[in-house]
Amino acid sequence: MHFNVLSRSFASGLLFGLLSLGSLFSSTASAQSRGESLFLENCAICHGENGAGGMGATLSSHTFLDSASNQYLKQTIRLGRPGRIMPSFYFLPEPDVDAIIEYISQWRKSPPREWAKTPVKGNAENGQSLFQAHCASCHGKEAEGGIGTGMHFSRPTSTPVTAPALNNQGLLNSMPDHMIRYMIEQKRENSIMPSASQLGLSREQVNNIVSFIRGFQVKTLSKKALYDDEPASLIYDSPYSFEETVENVKRAITGTNFVHIRDQELTEGFTIDKNNGSKQTMIYFCNFNFLYEALKIDPRVGMFLPCRITITEENDAVKMMSINPKHLSQLFNNNELDESCDKMYELYTNILEDASL
Amino acid sequence: MKLKFLLCLILALFTLKAHAVVTGEMIMVRSSEAFPETMAILQEAIRKKGYTLSRVQRVDVGLTAKGYKTDKYRVVFFGKGNEIQNLASNYPQLIPYLPLKIAIYAEGDNTILTSANPAVFMDLFKTPDLKPTFEVWLKDITDILNAVQISN
Repeated sequence: MHFNVLSRSFASGLLFGLLSLGSLFSSTASAQSRGESLFLENCAICHGENGAGGMGATLSSHTFLDSASNQYLKQTIRLGRPGRIMPSFYFLPEPDVDAIIEYISQWRKSPPREWAKTPVKGNAENGQSLFQAHCASCHGKEAEGGIGTGMHFSRPTSTPVTAPALNNQGLLNSMPDHMIRYMIEQKRENSIMPSASQLGLSREQVNNIVSFIRGFQVKTLSKKALYDDEPASLIYDSPYSFEETVENVKRAITGTNFVHIRDQELTEGFTIDKNNGSKQTMIYFCNFNFLYEALKIDPRVGMFLPCRITITEENDAVKMMSINPKHLSQLFNNNELDESCDKMYELYTNILEDASL
Repeated sequence: MKLKFLLCLILALFTLKAHAVVTGEMIMVRSSEAFPETMAILQEAIRKKGYTLSRVQRVDVGLTAKGYKTDKYRVVFFGKGNEIQNLASNYPQLIPYLPLKIAIYAEGDNTILTSANPAVFMDLFKTPDLKPTFEVWLKDITDILNAVQISN
């Protein structure tokens, strides 16, 4: 009995203590955890919960933070990297951006730098040949960066992250000349990029490379027009019966070097209270090489996989419809994928036109 | 027993973190669990939100069979039968986007889940009547992905 009372008292005390400790923790942590929770919500999926990187840059790297001013971080969050995986967080309120930067700053070992906005003077023409000799193998001939998103899918990961696109307007509008020069001159941890001295480059030669890179900047940052004139779905009328149209689509798919995977009713696998008698057959198909290449560029494209054309009949009208890949390419912020989506658009329209001939 | 429950609750309050990233166009989440565990949690979360899981497309299996080297990659299809039937009848332009999908794929030891943000559909299909449906989808998909994250 005594034991039970003591046990209860102890338990109550322990509980009270834990709750008090909890409220103490939560009140002191709330100020710092705002930045943390914003970081976890918006950044961690690519940069890792501890900033160790993955798809995105290693933000906790001392050498990265040593070069990154708060202004650079702010601009990068605001502008993103148009055409690359890093989105623009234009919608975040200013205090939220500041809180994220404050959170990232916990990994700094020294106060943030302030970079001069004055341009570095160099010979861009000479910088071009130096760039081709020393930088292009990773950053691309036109400074377009490494291929892919940096995700591990479908490829061996020989580097921690994909080489940045140095011609990217988001980068050029965030990174002043002096920061670019500093990054070329320093050896960074968690990076295979050698320092300028390891490459035998003088300060003058580095200045030339900086001038060459700066030459890619355009005066105004153009915003990609979202959801312009492209319709969300491609919809074609069929002059044939429902059954004939299904067969026509299958024939057109095979004729376009795709493999027919399966047919399925739209509501197959679901429970329906009362079937309204509509005919909606989905034809799934795939070109595995095309699929593999698209996933290598950006695995997120799988949200719209596999390829599919749906044939419907409503009030004696037979229609064929699919997603519009051209339209969807605008969701991904990935220039490489735009080309694949354009090609996919052509293939879809070819199949739909062939089937309706 | 009650004490154990309370202790668990306190611990849970300290550790709960839900961070599905809504970037405007997509909703993404990273799970620190391996692929099979995350897939199981995802399917359970989908069911708990009242959806039926209609199919799992094994993209990696198809690719491997054709000789391509890939990591685990699946697409999970889900929806509500009556809702799909009604939407298909009233808004046929929406059919290519039905049922709902979440792509789930291995990223090293982690797993990433991605879905189109249904809010984007509001721009795609400028039909005010559909807005409430898209809003429900956005909430449900975010909840589903957050459930996967919370269970880590």
